[in-house]
Amino acid sequence: MTVLQRKPVNPIAHLTAEDIEVIGKELDAIRDRVMADLGERDARYIRRLIRTQRSLELGSRAVLLFSLFPPAWIVGTAGLSIAKILENMEIGHNILHGQWDWMRDPKIHSTTWEWDHVSPAEQWKHSHNELHHRYTNVIGKDNDLGYGIMRVDEDQRWHPLHLGQPLWNLINACFFEYGIAAYDLELGRNLKKGRHRDPAFRARARAVGRKIRRQVLKDYVLHPLLSGPSFLSTLAATFTANLVRNLWSHSVIMCGHFPEGVETFEKTSIEGETRGEWYLRQMLGSANISGSRLLHIMSGNLSHQIEHHLFPDLPSNRYREVVPEVRALFDRYGLKYTTGSLPRQVFSAWKKVIRFSLPNRRPRDRANNRSAPALRTSGA
Amino acid sequence: MPVCRDDRGMTTTAQPPSAPASLRRGLLRLAAAVTTPLLPDDYLDLVAPLRSGADLRGRIVEVRPETPDAATIVIQPGRDWQGHRPGQYVRLGVDVDGVRQWRSYSVTSAPAGRHGPITITVKAIPDGLVSNHLVRHAQPGTIVQLDQAQGDFVLPATPPARVLLVTAGSGITPVMGMLRSGALAGVDVTLVHSAPTAADVIFGAALRDLAAAGALRLVERHTKDDGQLSLVDLAALVPDHLERETWACGPAGLLDVLTAHWDAAGHRERLHTEQFRPTIISPGEGGTVTFGRSGVTVAADGSTPLLEAGEGAGVLMPSGCRMGICYGCVLPLRQGAVRDLRNGSLTTAVPGDGVLVQTCVSAAAGPCDLDH
Repeated sequence: MTVLQRKPVNPIAHLTAEDIEVIGKELDAIRDRVMADLGERDARYIRRLIRTQRSLELGSRAVLLFSLFPPAWIVGTAGLSIAKILENMEIGHNILHGQWDWMRDPKIHSTTWEWDHVSPAEQWKHSHNELHHRYTNVIGKDNDLGYGIMRVDEDQRWHPLHLGQPLWNLINACFFEYGIAAYDLELGRNLKKGRHRDPAFRARARAVGRKIRRQVLKDYVLHPLLSGPSFLSTLAATFTANLVRNLWSHSVIMCGHFPEGVETFEKTSIEGETRGEWYLRQMLGSANISGSRLLHIMSGNLSHQIEHHLFPDLPSNRYREVVPEVRALFDRYGLKYTTGSLPRQVFSAWKKVIRFSLPNRRPRDRANNRSAPALRTSGA
Repeated sequence: MPVCRDDRGMTTTAQPPSAPASLRRGLLRLAAAVTTPLLPDDYLDLVAPLRSGADLRGRIVEVRPETPDAATIVIQPGRDWQGHRPGQYVRLGVDVDGVRQWRSYSVTSAPAGRHGPITITVKAIPDGLVSNHLVRHAQPGTIVQLDQAQGDFVLPATPPARVLLVTAGSGITPVMGMLRSGALAGVDVTLVHSAPTAADVIFGAALRDLAAAGALRLVERHTKDDGQLSLVDLAALVPDHLERETWACGPAGLLDVLTAHWDAAGHRERLHTEQFRPTIISPGEGGTVTFGRSGVTVAADGSTPLLEAGEGAGVLMPSGCRMGICYGCVLPLRQGAVRDLRNGSLTTAVPGDGVLVQTCVSAAAGPCDLDH
């Protein structure tokens, strides 16, 4: 992958500036129509999901009180893993996006929700909603491209540390929630620039510290203690559930922007970007995962990453419904709708992590490609 | 002595807790540590939404039609309900089409202490989102949000000897609560009630029964035939009206006329009024935007986002993506109307609604009062 602006064949060269604005208008119309249709059925969906998740978590933790018995360990760990996945993905991620704010229920609202995750909701909302969703796939602006620790694009500069990135990625996958907390804090950059004394950074770091303490106390001290003689086996069970949740969410999230076929963009290409151009960047910068209804729910509907990036505040249960219209729009304008099965997309993303751990085969002759059209085709 | 801060940031001192209280608090802290990031309440709400200690809620027990467009809703309030005084109203939060809507309704049942059910009586008004939902679609078993009863439209502890009640339409509802309470037993009561026709009189049969039993003198005014009640009519119907302690409830027009009349006669203190039609928000293009807590008011046109209007006036505004996707800029709209600049959709709010709006893509559609 290389930034779209430097590709020998620019996948949007055939679009006029007018086309791009029409695409934007059509997507606006899809969003408006679904927003106007939101109602009772959607409210029932999220409330039922929350109820199911809480019952599952409570039930699994109750079973784990007797985790010394292997069947209880297996059932409880499986249940808790699923509960944690649902909580982070289909419930937490989407509520924190403001997808359910329209219900005006203070208990299910982006401004009041806190999730089962070591990164405090407030910090995650900033780095994810405000930065990643705004600057999607813009090199140097969107830290989700390699999470600041990996090189996943030809146009990111190679460093010898990148040689170890397949290993870093595996470790990051296992402890993904801590990776996200460090990412939301911009830990690496802040430490490198000597900002560790900056009061604002320290306040945020303390907030993360508090959240980590609370999470660890719950999962690795209190619940094991409640289990009495099953202390160690419950500890192992919650650790396993967190590990399963981390590996799963890492895999799903890697599939959102890393697989083959996803485009990246130059920093300068988004100067003065119009709404149509922003939409187009989301269309080309995301990839879906195909699969069953269950896969969609377990992935927090991030399997509909394209639809999610087009309409980040649309309730997730509606993404599946708008797929046909969105796909038709891609087809009509000759754009590539990137999608594939979970194993295929995970493989594709990992291949990229491994390939870009090595430097580019030959230095790119940048000057030659300067004339390739930018995202904005208006010639401005 | 422990010092705690209440939500207004004021410092208050508290008594040292007793041993059982501190044990209780310790256990609650432990329970919260076990359920973090949720609270034990979040789990308990699943099974016991009306328990003591929960946010105040109620369960609809029964829906009884009163007239073709009015119904009485029987609600069992949660355990923390503190009861009501006759004439008071409750704020009710109902989910209509998935959206939480708050409205105020007079309690029409006699006080039944802290445990008994209460009733409200709702008249479906044209285009009334909540009233139509309650009258036509409310289902027994539904959980609704409640506030404690409030309002000053109540009888004094010792009722006066002579009472006049002037009501129109659903203005009968707080008065019905008073009549049912028994507080007016033995009092000389005259009720002048206006409704379009006899069939439209909410509680018509009950009122006529009370009148037949001699509990009150009932004057029904059927405005479709008789026309609107005027001061001349009132003087003819109740010659001593200015000497009576009077409670009046109905539309603003009626109340304004009565208030001016009692005022002119020098007996304003004998007239108690209540208008509970919701504040009418009439959306327009642009308007004055008030940032309540910052103490800033600024005029904004219909195309300027509230975020920019606030920043332009020097208000420290929370902000994020500035394109409506990140929800980093939402603020509570206390009262007023805003228009979504992306699709023109309107959002209106009256105090207590708790509506949060995205300031980066919303413009004033009339006067707006933001809680910031």
